[in-house]
Amino acid sequence: MGAPHRGSFDAPQAERLLWRAGFGPRPGEAEALAKLGLDGAVHSLLYPGREKLVGPKPHDSKGRPLAPADAWGHDHCWWLDRMVRTSRPLVERMTLVWHDWFATSNAGVGSQKLMLQQNELFRRRSMGSFHELLVDVTANPAMLLWLNGVENSKEAPNENYAREMMELFTLGADRGAYTERDVREQARSLTGWRNRWSRGRGDYDFHFDATEHDTGTKVVFRKAGRYAWRDACRLCISHPKHASFLAQKLWGYFIPVAPDAHTQRALEAAYRKDHEVRPVLELILKHPTLYHGPRMTKPPVVHVAGLLRRIGAGVTTDAWAWIGALSGQQLFYPPNVAGWDDTRWLDTATFRGRWIGVQQILRDRQLDPAKGKTAADAPTVLKRALAFWKNPALSASTHAALLRFAHSALADAGNAKWKQTSYPVLVENALRQLIAVSPDLQTS
Amino acid sequence: MSRIVCDECTRADLLRAVAGQGLPTIEAGMPTPAGTGLTRRGFVARSLGLALTVYGARRLDIFDEGIAAAASAPQTPILVTVFLQGGADALSLLYPDGDPLYRKLRTQLAVSGGTQFAEDARLYWHPALAPLATLHGEGKVTVLPAVGYDHPDQSHFTSRHFWEVGATDPRLLTGWMGRYLDLAGVPDNPLQGLSLTGSLQPTLATARVPVAAIDGPGQYDFWTPGVWGEVQTRMLDAIGDLGRAGGSDPTMRTVAGVTKQVDTLRRQLAPFQGAKLGTAAVPYPAGNDSFPQSLQGLAAMIGAGLPLRCVALEATGEYDTHAGQASALAPALTTTAASLYAFQRDLEARGVADRVLTLVWTEFGRRAKENGSGGTDHGAAGTGFLIGTRAAGTQVGEFPGLATGLDADGNLKATADFRGVYAGLLEQWLQFDASRVIPNASRFTRPHLVK
Repeated sequence: MGAPHRGSFDAPQAERLLWRAGFGPRPGEAEALAKLGLDGAVHSLLYPGREKLVGPKPHDSKGRPLAPADAWGHDHCWWLDRMVRTSRPLVERMTLVWHDWFATSNAGVGSQKLMLQQNELFRRRSMGSFHELLVDVTANPAMLLWLNGVENSKEAPNENYAREMMELFTLGADRGAYTERDVREQARSLTGWRNRWSRGRGDYDFHFDATEHDTGTKVVFRKAGRYAWRDACRLCISHPKHASFLAQKLWGYFIPVAPDAHTQRALEAAYRKDHEVRPVLELILKHPTLYHGPRMTKPPVVHVAGLLRRIGAGVTTDAWAWIGALSGQQLFYPPNVAGWDDTRWLDTATFRGRWIGVQQILRDRQLDPAKGKTAADAPTVLKRALAFWKNPALSASTHAALLRFAHSALADAGNAKWKQTSYPVLVENALRQLIAVSPDLQTS
Repeated sequence: MSRIVCDECTRADLLRAVAGQGLPTIEAGMPTPAGTGLTRRGFVARSLGLALTVYGARRLDIFDEGIAAAASAPQTPILVTVFLQGGADALSLLYPDGDPLYRKLRTQLAVSGGTQFAEDARLYWHPALAPLATLHGEGKVTVLPAVGYDHPDQSHFTSRHFWEVGATDPRLLTGWMGRYLDLAGVPDNPLQGLSLTGSLQPTLATARVPVAAIDGPGQYDFWTPGVWGEVQTRMLDAIGDLGRAGGSDPTMRTVAGVTKQVDTLRRQLAPFQGAKLGTAAVPYPAGNDSFPQSLQGLAAMIGAGLPLRCVALEATGEYDTHAGQASALAPALTTTAASLYAFQRDLEARGVADRVLTLVWTEFGRRAKENGSGGTDHGAAGTGFLIGTRAAGTQVGEFPGLATGLDADGNLKATADFRGVYAGLLEQWLQFDASRVIPNASRFTRPHLVK
């Protein structure tokens, strides 16, 4: 490695960086970032300073403030708003990465409050030490509920967290990194977490109870010791196959093709130094493949947040939660502990979810055909529709398809006077929809 | 694909690779799918209007030539798979109350109150599975009391992957039904492989032909504010045109391919929009659960003669019962079994039951000895069911017993191999050469599955 991207770093490259490391540019943002050069741009994302929330405050469909800890779906909307308004896009994007990496679903936790606490943990540790992150996650109440940590005791070990900690969080399956025996032994090391429950408060008072902890000798990765839960974390982090797992998995969130062997070694070396995430991110975000390699499908929530940022709109409805579900990504409800499948975002069903998301944005912004005054030609109408989305770059084939649609739909007006003035408006509304669901805007 | 070597990559990468193959790109310049014109839409609408009220597309005589071609061969057999996600507990589904060790291993979780399984006096149906026991009494259910494979993997994701691809091979990129469709399917009919789960099921991942995913057949509409009439029709047509966006970028081509499939599927399902699927011949479980609704929609689609071949669904419930198993399992099984029963009766009422077989599977069973959380940890062999009027109705493999039938980890040993089941379904049901779909198919004994 040591050879970061050396080509041009202009607005198109800056825009791609903002999509991969955030939620896309607001108007003018890509140009401003390009002026900093690649190093300056990546630095500004890695060290963003204090967060400022820019733009209109969120509310639900009835104009009331969001209640993310209590009302169904408001958790999703609350986070979506933060993605839209944040001045620290990479912090928020990494929070999303950790939500996927340590995928915890409120379907198993049953408390939006605990989910939000976990979310705050991911944000606080977004780019720092992975070791500290793992330790905090292991003792995190939502995770303790989700993977039965609070039901793992000396007398009755429960393997759920021990297995996923190695398989999904630190080492990976089928790599010869651990055995079934290691799963059972790590489960013993992790015993002792407890909590209380009451009708009024639900699950609370998460604590380590030494009397429930198995203090005996465990054999993990062929070494014996009287391990406890922090040791269980440390053993995973210091395992020789951990750095390669982390490097490859983290890379995969930003670049859709595997790193070459040289890059892989550089990523591992950067991580091994002190298990900090930021230096690995820096290498990834400066890597030429990010700029020259294939495009990536935007996760559904990134697609929506990006459209809202583009037009300076805010979160004005709690419909985003079920629209997120239809699109295949309801925040705080990943499909299982392996998280979302990042390369299968789009299929015929989730495409429709994204269509409905765009429909939702356009609902309050539709042009009124009764107010159409003059006939207009197809290129003009397309130009206006593109201006609505702040002129995103389109491939030639998409541009041609949109123009063909505009031509044929306007031609349907024939000689009917009312159609000649109203059809350009209908077509412009339709073009706004089609642009936002085009392959160009679904990828970055 | 050299990077997909099992000890060199993570499971996430593996799924990524499968996913990349799951939704193939339709190349620009491919012929327009058959039956996408207005004539067909109008026709199918008429036919479905009838189908939905009289239960079955009985007016085949009025199919015109083009529509008959689009509807494919309506008499082709259909294979439906239903996944119990999380590893359903074999020792609860058909619980071995006649095995002296059962209540020792399951001091808290032993099930009771079910009827005896007629083919093995040691086993009893979980009370929630009574509807399946009824169908079994009619000879319509083949039970697999311990289905799995040698050297079982206790990872959800790995074991599920094995079942999905039809081999214990982490490198395979296509689903087992997907590979069948690649060989036996057509390039212009996404409905031939249908996920009724809102997202594509990996069992159906193909390398070549299109497949589809929807929530339900009646909910596939597209509109946008401030657009109607002729312009709306043109807008919807333009979706297909966007799907022809080419270029050299592989991601763009993949997304364009999905867009094209959206267009084809929308045309195929247009007649269902606003249709009342609630007028089924038989009652399905009420409530908001999507599984019975999906099965109900599926029965309507089969009844209407839509060209389906392989269908994948997920059952109600989460079967990864590490804790609180007793309270989680009963409601999940109740809805699942009642839905499967209603589906079977619906197919019978529509006169299409002889065309459909339903395979119920799970990635593994659970440990014989319960854990201390009122639950069970990951195990090995699990339960399978094959349901339909053409199912042989006699058990495949047998319950191995708890005294000698557990492996070194205390998990149930398999007495039937899932790859043999797949090979048998391909040969006996789909009339297809299994060796072209299942790797090393000749190694596996084919159970008698179809009568």
